[in-house]
Amino acid sequence: MVKMAHIWQALNEVADPEIPVVSLVEMGIVRDVRLDEQANAVTVVITPTFSGCPALHVMRQDIETRLHTLGFSHVTVETTLHPPWSSDWISEEARVKLKTFGLAPPPRHGGRLEVTFFAPTACPYCNSTDTRVKNEFGPTLCRAIYYCHACQQPFEQFKAL
Amino acid sequence: MNESHQTALSTWLLAMADDQLILAHRNSEWIGHGPILEEDIALANIAQDELGHARLLYELYAALTGDDPDKLVFFRETAVYRSTQFVEYPKGDWAFTMLRQYLFDAAEMVLLTQLVDSTYQPLAQAAAKMRNEELYHYRHSSAWLKRLGLGTAESNQRTQTALDTLWPLAQQLFVPLPAAEFLTTDGVIPPATVWQEAWEQVVRPFLHNCDLAIPTAAAPPTADRAIHSPYLAPLLAEMQEVARFDPEATW
Ligand SMILES: [Zn+2]
Repeated sequence: MVKMAHIWQALNEVADPEIPVVSLVEMGIVRDVRLDEQANAVTVVITPTFSGCPALHVMRQDIETRLHTLGFSHVTVETTLHPPWSSDWISEEARVKLKTFGLAPPPRHGGRLEVTFFAPTACPYCNSTDTRVKNEFGPTLCRAIYYCHACQQPFEQFKAL
Repeated sequence: MNESHQTALSTWLLAMADDQLILAHRNSEWIGHGPILEEDIALANIAQDELGHARLLYELYAALTGDDPDKLVFFRETAVYRSTQFVEYPKGDWAFTMLRQYLFDAAEMVLLTQLVDSTYQPLAQAAAKMRNEELYHYRHSSAWLKRLGLGTAESNQRTQTALDTLWPLAQQLFVPLPAAEFLTTDGVIPPATVWQEAWEQVVRPFLHNCDLAIPTAAAPPTADRAIHSPYLAPLLAEMQEVARFDPEATW
């Protein structure tokens, strides 16, 4: 019998489709797992990051594919909007990985998104905070574009939400 | 929820979703045509966010009526759309686009703030989800309004011209929908007057500080969302063209 811990472990191997270095669990996208041992069925509850995120159906497919390999006959992926996803849920490990990937992690805000608008953002390449936002909107809904004056490189930040 | 309440709510949700969808489409018309690359990207993002909001609202609608959101968008005729003329008007110049976006963002932000306390749980949850994203939009469009209003004589004049056209049109957003009193009594949505007052408290002083004069005459061209401007039909023809070309296609 597949244990709950195995399911979470498997889910932790499902990569974010847009940022493959982090998993859906580390990003706080997987909210809940329900196991029905008798029916050999599992239900995974996920929540979208930005509501217009086009990667949601890919996430759903990837979760189904991964959990089917554990031998479940039924894998259901539900989405929830409550509570709304917060970038504060991104784990410490994932923040380090985002940085290695070249994405500045989002500042923590404790539910007051407004405070992040004035937070200094460190360059993921050289750690300097001598950076400037060039565009609060970037190549995907969840990214903003910055420029680092210290190493003179543009970089992206995973936006706070 | 009884049947008359359900009908009132689905009517209201469809109207709100249609406004988001049509404005998203208008903004997407700037892709490849933005004044600078950064703004091209910003408007594409804002359009995609609004499209995401439209989808959430169509899903709430579909949960009540059993419709399919994609079919609602791509296979509905002009006459049964419930968008306001405010969002239908062509994108115009940059001042027109940014001013409309600002007026809409302010309206959306105050509405979502009120809807977070809706007694209809699915709506309250969707509102909480959309609100934080809306903060980014409001920051962006309000920063542009300051630049345009306080910039040069020409930018101020163009924005003023846009305001003279858009201010009466914007009033249509707040016209109560049929049977909305069922919803306001139960605390599902705020009364339209409460929404409008909160909006005016935000936009009036802001526009004034941008050196823009609010027109005194403010009657919308129509109070009826079934009556459309001549601009909606061509927009839908373009938006629906591919889906209608092969209704069975999957991808
Ligand atoms: Zn740097």
